[in-house]
Amino acid sequence: MSAVARAGAVAAGRHGAKGAIRIDKVDKVYYAREGPVQAVSECSLDIRGGEICMIVGPSGCGKTTLLNAIAGFHDITGGAIYLDGEMLCGPDKPKAEPGPDRVVVFQNGALFPWKTNLENVAFGPVVQRKLTPRQAAEKARGMMVDAGLAGVEHNYPGEVSSGMRRRVEIVRALMNDPKVLLLDEPFRALDSLTKSVMHEALLEIYYKNKVTIFFITHDLEEAIFLGHRVAIMTTRPCRPKKILNVDIPHPRNYSVLTSPRFRELMEETVSAVHEEAVKAFEAGEKEM
Amino acid sequence: MSAALASAVQPRARPGRSIFRNHAVRAVISLSTFLLLWELGSRMHLPWVGDVPAPTVVMKAWLPLLSDPGYWYSWFQSSRRVLTGFLAAMLVGIPLGLVMATSRIFRDVTFPVFEILRPVPPLAWVPAAIIFWPTQELSIGFVIFLGAIFTIMLNVIGGARSIDLRFFQAARSMGASSWDIFRRIVLPGVLPSIVVGCEVGIGITWNVVVAAEMISGGGGAIQSSAGGGLGFFIWSSYIGSSYPQIVVGMISIGIAGYISSAIIRRLGRLITPWTRAR
Repeated sequence: MSAVARAGAVAAGRHGAKGAIRIDKVDKVYYAREGPVQAVSECSLDIRGGEICMIVGPSGCGKTTLLNAIAGFHDITGGAIYLDGEMLCGPDKPKAEPGPDRVVVFQNGALFPWKTNLENVAFGPVVQRKLTPRQAAEKARGMMVDAGLAGVEHNYPGEVSSGMRRRVEIVRALMNDPKVLLLDEPFRALDSLTKSVMHEALLEIYYKNKVTIFFITHDLEEAIFLGHRVAIMTTRPCRPKKILNVDIPHPRNYSVLTSPRFRELMEETVSAVHEEAVKAFEAGEKEM
Repeated sequence: MSAALASAVQPRARPGRSIFRNHAVRAVISLSTFLLLWELGSRMHLPWVGDVPAPTVVMKAWLPLLSDPGYWYSWFQSSRRVLTGFLAAMLVGIPLGLVMATSRIFRDVTFPVFEILRPVPPLAWVPAAIIFWPTQELSIGFVIFLGAIFTIMLNVIGGARSIDLRFFQAARSMGASSWDIFRRIVLPGVLPSIVVGCEVGIGITWNVVVAAEMISGGGGAIQSSAGGGLGFFIWSSYIGSSYPQIVVGMISIGIAGYISSAIIRRLGRLITPWTRAR
């Protein structure tokens, strides 16, 4: 990568870049068999354009509810969410329209098993009628090569490793030129070695395609390693409890993990996360 | 410990080295054992098996039939009927199943009727089929059609409804229209279930071919001893008390069913190449 591109990436997270998300006093109540559940309450969070914002919280705290609201999969019951100043959902329009400006990468992966990796990556522009299938395949091939996925284009997702699949899925999302990438614990199912490879791969991809990244995880180390900022969420109802500014400069690589500053940041936040985890555990929340 | 290690390291016999590893060989062994036991059972007049003609007797009845055009015409007749009834079941069952899976209203309205008709055995439809349809061929086709359609529909509905929600969400978030979702998610997503439904369904059509053909008295086919279809062949052999020929008919239908299922399986694998990836 050129020095200019790297410098640009380092500057990411400043105001002015596209893909700023404003979450404004969002409420979400849903009705379970036991009665109403307040999943998200008075949740406000400003995510700058081009920033990697990590959302950390215990399982079932309502993080995914927030992501689903931004993506347009579920409605909200109060507040509003804006993308670059435009309202996605709010009082008059509880459910956002899903769209290619905010593409989701799912927890256990959602590559279409009946399409080859290349066809998966080319899917977005083809269904949006932005490119012909041939042009889309051409572009997809280029992006896959850039992401180190040369050679698996014509395999089915079921034929490659889970780490590869996650990478294909992230590239598939990026093919849509999204303003925001919504990642819902994308590396959760991977073993820790593959995970560490994927972290660096994700950063590489990010440095090349500066998009806003909304990244849900319950792995604090992952959060601090990747994020410009880390929002630690309270357990149900979900709202930011503490927002950590990770002042370790990008580009980062794995040597960061052993740096004193990284350890300090871990120490600063680990108790806050632990506190919520205990609360969630005691509340007996099931996996969402 | 070291002994265990040593044995683990030792190369295992390569597949194919032992002849028994070849599955064609296993099939031959299984079939010949079956025939041998049957022959023995029949000769020794063991209970149950004793009254069934022995394989050698069956073969003796079968050999002359092999050069009888009437016998082959029966094959042709039954295959034609099975194929037509089955194709009709696919043409009606797949779209209907898809609509039932995707439209809640349509499902609510049609499902009760579907569920009441489904358990009625095709054999029970025979009298109604004769009354309802103007020609015997149509009556036969209808019974065969009924044999396959419910299985195909159930598989289509089940397959479509078990498509992962995330696939729809991913497609929506990448800007797919409803038509795109139907064409690019629902259809390929349900295809493996369609294949399974057809594979089972075509087997059932052969199950009901006897019932379908025995009421039709040969369906106006060539009036030789055989020629009204394999199902009718069995029925007329029974009327004429030629027991070895009944078994010939049974085996013939078994072979026909096996071949049809194998063809569907093969075609199915061709149109769902990704299912081999897992």
